[in-house]
Parts: sequence; C-alpha cells; structure tokens
Amino acid sequence: MEMLSGAEMVVRALQDEGVEYIFGYPGGAVLHIYDALFQQDTVNHILVRHEQAATHAADGYARSTGKPGVVLVTSGPGATNAITGIATAFMDSIPMVVLSGQVRSDWIGDDAFQETDMVGLSRPIVKHSFMVRDPRQIPEMIKKAFYIANTGRPGPVLVDIPKDHTAPHNTFPYEYPKKVKMRSYAPVTRGHSGQIRKAVDELLKAKRPVLYAGGGVVQGEASQALTALARKLNFPVTNTLMGLGAYPGSDEQFLGMLGMHGTYEANMAMHNADVILVAGARLDDRVTNDARKFCPGAKIIHIDIDPASISKNVAAHIPIVGPVKQVLEEMLTMLDEQGEVGTDTKSLERWWQEIAGWRKVHGLRYETNEQGPMKPQQVVQALYKATKGEAYVTSDVGQHQMFAAQHYLYDRPRQWINSGGLGTMGFGLPAAMGVQFAHPDAVVACVTGEGSIQMNIQELSTCLQYGLPIKIININNQALGMVRQWQDMQYGGRHSQSYMESLPDFVKLAESYGHVGMLVEKLEDLDGAMEEAFALKDRLVFMDIYVDPTEHVYPMHIADGSMRDMWLSKTERT
Amino acid sequence: MRRIISILMENEPGALSRVVGLFSQRGYNIETLTVAPTEDETLSRLTMTTTGDEKKIEQITKHLNKLIEVVKLVDLTEGAHIEREIMLMKVKATGAQRAEVKRTVDIFRGQIVDVTATVYTVQLTGTTDKLEAFIAAIGETQVLEVVRSGVSGISRGEKVLSL
Ligand SMILES: Cc1ncc(C[n+]2csc(CCOP(=O)(O)OP(=O)(O)O)c2C)c(N)n1
Ligand SMILES: [Mg+2]
Repeated sequence: MEMLSGAEMVVRALQDEGVEYIFGYPGGAVLHIYDALFQQDTVNHILVRHEQAATHAADGYARSTGKPGVVLVTSGPGATNAITGIATAFMDSIPMVVLSGQVRSDWIGDDAFQETDMVGLSRPIVKHSFMVRDPRQIPEMIKKAFYIANTGRPGPVLVDIPKDHTAPHNTFPYEYPKKVKMRSYAPVTRGHSGQIRKAVDELLKAKRPVLYAGGGVVQGEASQALTALARKLNFPVTNTLMGLGAYPGSDEQFLGMLGMHGTYEANMAMHNADVILVAGARLDDRVTNDARKFCPGAKIIHIDIDPASISKNVAAHIPIVGPVKQVLEEMLTMLDEQGEVGTDTKSLERWWQEIAGWRKVHGLRYETNEQGPMKPQQVVQALYKATKGEAYVTSDVGQHQMFAAQHYLYDRPRQWINSGGLGTMGFGLPAAMGVQFAHPDAVVACVTGEGSIQMNIQELSTCLQYGLPIKIININNQALGMVRQWQDMQYGGRHSQSYMESLPDFVKLAESYGHVGMLVEKLEDLDGAMEEAFALKDRLVFMDIYVDPTEHVYPMHIADGSMRDMWLSKTERT
Repeated sequence: MRRIISILMENEPGALSRVVGLFSQRGYNIETLTVAPTEDETLSRLTMTTTGDEKKIEQITKHLNKLIEVVKLVDLTEGAHIEREIMLMKVKATGAQRAEVKRTVDIFRGQIVDVTATVYTVQLTGTTDKLEAFIAAIGETQVLEVVRSGVSGISRGEKVLSL
C-alpha cells in the first residue's frame, strides 16, 4: 500500500473525494498541508484575503452546485475568523467541510501559540466535528466528514488537525474508504407511505390550498417534483427567502415570497388557506409572524428531512419525515395512479379569483419620483432586465437583500444565493466568488449595500487574482437602511448609528484594486450603465448606485400579528 | 413533566460535551446526568432527567437523536421502568440524635457505611422521591453533606436498549 504523510493524506483524500476547489488561508499549523497542496494540481486552492470569506466562498460554491464547499484555515485566529461563515452555512443547511489546523497534539490545553479549542467553539454551529488523534484516522475522518455534510439535512462539518499529525517524515499506509458505515447515523431515505397517502387525500379535498416551499426543496433537488405537483393540482405556490427559485418566479401560479417582507397575495393566501403543504421549510419566525396566530384555519402537512423541524414552531397535522424529492414524487405517483386528479375544481376556481383580487392590491408597488432620487427597487428591476432574469444573484443583508428577493424573479433553483438564517452582512461578495468559480461562464451579480460590502471588501483583491468577472451592484442609500427602517417605524425616527458616514469613493476603490468602477446617480443613466457593465464580460465591475435613503421595504409584517397583518406603505396597513 | 431519557452513545471524546452543549444551547434543563461505559466498551450509557412540556420533550429527544454519536435513545418514562439513585450523606449524630438517625436509616433501608464520634455516613439507594423523603425525615438541619449519583434507569420486562 502507498505510504503517505498525514498532510499528503489530507490532500489525497480531497482528490479522492473529487474536490475541485478549496478556499483557504495559510498559517503555521497548516503549513505541512500547504506544502502537500503545492506538490499537486488537482485540487485548486483559492487564496482569499480573510478566512470569513473562505467560508462564504465555499458556501456560495456549495449553494450553486449542491456539492460540499471545502475550507482550509490555520489554528487560532484563522479558525475563529471562519466561525461566522460556518454559522451562516449551518443556519441554512449548506454542505461544507472545514479543515482547521490545530497546535501539535502534545501542546493542546497548554495555551500554546495560536491555540483555540475549535471543536468546542464551533460545536453549536456544526452538524458534526472531528479531532484527528492519530494520522491513521485522516482518510476515514475526511470520508465521514463529506458523507455527513452532504446527506440527510446537510450542514458544515469540521475536521480539526493537530500539526504533528501532518508531519512530513511520518508516513502511513493510505487507503480511501469506499463506503461509510456508521451505526449511529442513518439519514431517512423515504417518507412514510401511509402519511403520504393521508397528505394526498387532504390535498385533494382542499378548497383553499397553498404550497409553501423552502430551501429544502432547493437543497433537496426537488424543484421539478414541486413544479409538477403544483401544475397537476393547479395550486398556488409561495416560496420562502431560502426557497426562491424552487418554483419559477415568473410563473402564473407563483404568489411571490411569503413572510415578513412577503407579497400581499402570498401572506393573504396563507392566512386564508384551509390546507398548507409545507415542503422543506421550517416555519421560522420571519415567516410565521406570531406563531400562535399563524393561519388559523389551515391543516398543515409538513415534509422535512429533519424531524426536529417538524412541529417545532407550528404543530403539523400530517408530519412526513423524509427527503422532500422522494416524498413529492411519491405524491405524484399516487395522483397518476388514480387517473383523474380529483381536486375540488369549483372551489379552486373561487380560490384563484380571491387570489386575483389580492394580486390587484399589488403589495410590491412603490412610489417613483421622476425628479427625486432613484429607488432601490428600480435598480433591481434594471438588473433583472439587463441580465434577462438569468444571472446568479448573491446578496448581502439589509433592504437591498429584500428588494433583490422581491423584484428579481428567479426561475431556477440555486440561482438566488443569500444568507437567510443568520443574515450575515459580508456574505455577498465572497459567495459570488464561490459561484463564479463553480460556473466560470455564468453571469454572477452581487446585490449589496454600502454597509455590507465594506464587511468583506478586501476580497476585491482575490477577484483580481483569479480574474472573476463579478458584477457588484452596490445599492448605495448612504445608510444601514434596514436598521434605519426599524428606527423609523419603532424608535420615533431616531437614527442611532445607522448613518454611513465617510464612505469611500467606491469607483476609485474598485479601480485601485484593478477593476472597473461606475457611478450611477440618475435614473436615466441606470439602464445604459447596466448594459455597459454586463457587456464587460471578463471584468469585475463595481456599480455604485445612489438611491433614495428614505425608502422602506414593504409589505412588512406588523410585529406580533398574524400572516395577514402588514404595513403596505408608510401610511397604509391591512 | 419529569422525564428520564436514556441514551446509548459512542464512547468517544467530545460526545458528552455535545449532549450537555445541546441542553444549554437550546435552553433545556438537565436535572441529573450520569454517564459510564457499558459492557461493550465502544458504547457509553447516559441517563438524564429533565423537565418540560410535551412539545419541549419531543424537541429534546429529536435533537438528541440528531447528534451523530447518539446510537439509540429511549424515554424510559413512556413505559414501565425502574429508576435508582444512590446517595451518600453525612449526618450529625450526637447524643439522642444517634439512635434517631439509625432508626430512620433502618426504616428507609439505608446503610451506615462510616462512623465517627459525631457523624454517620449513610448510603441510601432508591428513587428520587425516596431520597428526598429521607432527607426530609432526617431534617435538613442535621445534614452536613449530600452526594447523589443522579438517576439511572432501565425499562421493566424483556425490552432492552442495545444495538
Ligand atoms: C454582520 C452583521 N452585523 C449587523 C447586522 C444587522 N443589520 C442587518 S441589516 C443592516 C444594515 C445593512 O446595511 P447595508 O448593507 O447598507 O444595506 P441596506 O439595508 O442599506 O440596503 C444591519 C446593520 C447584520 N445583519 N450582520
Ligand atoms: Mg445601505
């Protein structure tokens, strides 16, 4: 058998796992591994400028491909810098494998230089973690790490590797396990057919149904099945922030996003529904508003791979634990087998009429002003037009994120990439890097704000090094807009620390990093500037677009209310 | 509702910290916790008592089951079961008290396992209720020190928790 050092085993295991990219940053504890990386060319290492960006880039890669993102960081500060990105991936169930260096094993516990208890620190934000105690464990641990990260409900897995276990002079026989067998880990592979049958019967009886799909449908590759089911039954569909793209955004049956900043029609339909099929979503507080007032008349059918997501916030009448794709497909088969679909078409017709009435209210409208400043919504709509709705869009966190969720219609799963669960400012640009690596020929836009972009702005340097032609759409409202909106609505307009002063000249900044910068201040220049930016196919373009700082995101749930309690503008509410 | 949850888990470093971490992270209570290896040295058996309404208990068991190192789990309180806790206690034993303490220990079927001129060390096994009744009977002012093992439990009858 081949004899390899611990460091070589790490790299070989990544090769055997088919890893194309690893995002990382070197340091003392991982130098042996970096040396092994240097001596091969199958696994491409991407040098970021901050470890947080490594995790977000790996995350963007994972979200846009479905394959686990891989990260390599050194011990101590390298590892702690990765924490935010690990937590971001954990909250959104993104498959990721993080390799962190550790001080040599005989120094652990002695407060050695750059020692941090990374297994302990990351424990609440990983699906699982391993600490290498013997170099011989490396192949199996890495195999298990990938397996755990990417099966069941996906999530980040950490492998902490003390430096001495990667030492080049100690070699061991290397064999990469073909299969993983773990007696303590067996993710469900099928939903319970009896439950699925019950759910189908309930759906067929429904008079006012809604299909509510979340990130699990995207992650679980169940978009086709969902779409087929919706079409077959002629039911309306709404997606969560994480689920956008799971059902085509431009389709007639799509009601838009639901929840805190969901559309009027989606939230009204939810509140008035008699049967709600929740697929791969977790009824979280940004969706339900006050869970006790949530959809009072609805029977809830809840499909999720994670039993702990079911009946956590809202009790399910028909729980189905299983992979959402398999469960939806089984529903389709049951419907096919009975020939005629058999829904209550009369009631459905009335339901669609009611929905059409809500659609007329048009909760996404906003006021424009030819003379005044541009509106952020107009920027997203211009982006949609310039990219023909086909770009991968990553976003940061804030008002711009909500506008990008509302006004860009995502027709494909994995097209919309944002930090939904943790809401991590600084996610957008590094995530876009990961997406661009995975899809070198695709158009990738990062919708951001002048607050968020400054949280990982250093990655402009990484983008130059690897020639990533990302388009940064900086919706510049000169404010931490989302914070400011809450202060307007709940704190008497006292803008405590939400004003972004002393902004850099982003155009010059982009140029100093070797990219193209563009300033857009007038609406009449917007479309032209977008065309120009997207025509620069092999350059990163930073579009700094000044918009109205006073704009708010609507609709917005009224706190502690039900799904139907919303502000529709600064003055109108339901 | 008080529950006794019994877990078989991989006997690996860090496994216990995940269980304990889960409870603090999600705001669940642990009232007692005991853990030791089983006849199979690759497995440990962990028993914990916790309280919460039905919804909370359901979440607790689901989240425990999700921990990768947890192999099997039962809520013993769902069926007939035996629970035991062992208590060691130092009690003031002077003058008339000496005989009184001895009598109470006998009534509760405890044992005096160490003696000095002024102190009895008592060992008592039973359910949590019984141990508490004993403390009450002795009188808190007489008690110098209490060490309790936490609850261990096993189901009645032929059902076993094993691989
Ligand atoms: C790392 C981090 N810190 C703080 C917050 C809280 N927060 C949410 S939105 C927001 C404002 C974001 O400002 P900007 O990026 O300019 O976006 P805008 O809302 O103005 O569109 C803040 C501070 C957060 N989500 N993430
Ligand atoms: Mg802003």
